[in-house]
Amino acid sequence: MPLLQLEGVSKRFGQVVVADAITFQLGQGDAVGIVGPNGAGKTSLFAMISGDISPDAGTISFAEMDLTRMSPAKRARAGVGRTYQVPRPFEHMTVFENTLLAAQQGAHTRGHESYDVAFGALERTGLATMANRPAGSLTLLHRKRLELARALSTSPKLLLLDEIAGGLTDLEVNELTSIIRSLRADGIAVLWIEHVVRALLSTVDRLVCLSGGVVVADGEPKEVLASEAVRFVYLGGKRLDEVAS
Amino acid sequence: MSTERLIEVPRARVKVRRSTHSPIFTIIGALVLVCLLTVAPWIVPAQFATTLTNFFILVIMATMWNLLAGYAGMVSIGQQAFVGLGAYATLYFAIKGLNPFVAIPFAALVCAALAVPITYLLFRLRGGYFSIATWVVSDTALLIIGTIAVLGGGTGRTMPGLQNLSPGETAHFSYLATWFVALIVVTGTYVLLRSRTGLVLASIRDNEVAARSAGVNVRAARRSIFVIAAAGCGAAGAVLAISQPFIQPSNEFNLQWAAEMLFVSMIGGLGTIEGPIIGSIIFFVLQQSLQQQGAWYLIIVGALAVVIALWQPRGLWGAFRDRFHTELLPVGHWVEPGESGP
Repeated sequence: MPLLQLEGVSKRFGQVVVADAITFQLGQGDAVGIVGPNGAGKTSLFAMISGDISPDAGTISFAEMDLTRMSPAKRARAGVGRTYQVPRPFEHMTVFENTLLAAQQGAHTRGHESYDVAFGALERTGLATMANRPAGSLTLLHRKRLELARALSTSPKLLLLDEIAGGLTDLEVNELTSIIRSLRADGIAVLWIEHVVRALLSTVDRLVCLSGGVVVADGEPKEVLASEAVRFVYLGGKRLDEVAS
Repeated sequence: MSTERLIEVPRARVKVRRSTHSPIFTIIGALVLVCLLTVAPWIVPAQFATTLTNFFILVIMATMWNLLAGYAGMVSIGQQAFVGLGAYATLYFAIKGLNPFVAIPFAALVCAALAVPITYLLFRLRGGYFSIATWVVSDTALLIIGTIAVLGGGTGRTMPGLQNLSPGETAHFSYLATWFVALIVVTGTYVLLRSRTGLVLASIRDNEVAARSAGVNVRAARRSIFVIAAAGCGAAGAVLAISQPFIQPSNEFNLQWAAEMLFVSMIGGLGTIEGPIIGSIIFFVLQQSLQQQGAWYLIIVGALAVVIALWQPRGLWGAFRDRFHTELLPVGHWVEPGESGP
């Protein structure tokens, strides 16, 4: 039984199709990258998995639960942790309180146990020395780490990472990917949208390419990147239906 | 739903402090203050005791408004609805023979019960639309209450059940009732904000979407706070009705209550427990010293609100706290040993 399963998931905003009958599976501990041009429907796909938006059709199941109409909070408690492309820290709370909230609400911990889970996530992401700082004072790198730490504090089975390496220097990207690899080694499944492809390639063992809300390639990362479908959506050339056929 | 976790985050034993300083002086200071304020009507002039009664009514309202707007991000300009409903619930119970002082908690419960269905209407709206809708709710309540003859209709009526007390006794008991309600409201708010709910509310205020993804049931938390704030404002309305015993819709449902709650929370410091109390002190000092200046009083109060909104948007207590890193009523979590370096 896969950890995450999407069956015929579709979503449109007016005339714009962001997901067109997407069917997709991800197993326990898998690491899958998602690539695609801007407007391909990547973030919308994440929003449907995390519950920020509801699909028009199709079903989403996770750990043998039907998530399709479940609230984002319940999904987080069920084990779906996510980060946002533009970090969303609780700016007037300290770094520690950001992860403490997630440990208490997402992971159902209390008292000292919640403190330990929250601080453990900060140690894991290299933020322990900043625990008492207001989250609003963090730099972009540290905000991205806090996104990860907060998602980690919910004790997730699946992490949805939305362009977490975007806007960072090479060194910062390397630091972040090594953290993500270690989380994966602990058995946390990772679904990662990223434009920094080398970061993805160092971590994932499967790549999915989306375009116009359709999965145009799915498979081993190097094969996907070399496929005509992916070349088409990034570089143009043949018509999509020719590529698909 | 299963809450079983297959993956455990590595944990580190960590010590967490809930205060930036030893609480012993705060506790001693608070106890002295509680004793002094409890005996105040016997040691201060009657006029000053009346002023203190009005001050505590404003503290109750502003503390509740701050909980709504400063913590849960719901900017209501219609809290006078529950002030009015609390006043009229007390009047109704008094007409039915209950002592008005005994009716105070029941009036608060009535407001809490009425607030529940109202949330199902209001929570469909966001931002400015929510704020305007709260005002509509208030005016609707005013119009409905104004049609009920037994409650005095639009012209109002006197609170029954107080006639066997002398004016002095009424003033003393009104003061004590108001002071105890204020004490319960401020203490209850402090306990609430120190609990897990405090973090939940702060997260909703800062980023609702992120709060949801961290496992926060935003709607349930907002509904709870709206109901608590309704009960608090209802209790304020109840003590208002007892201390100014002629009950009139235009006074109890007056928009002025919302304006005063907003003003004192803003100048004192939104999102802090101390802010509404400090804001209320400033408001009463201004009122007492500028009352004779007529329209100038309102102009000065308005100008002060504009100046603080522009230059100290976190309010006077917020600015003080940011500068000196101190809190009288701390609700935060500090990891020990904390490092705040880069």
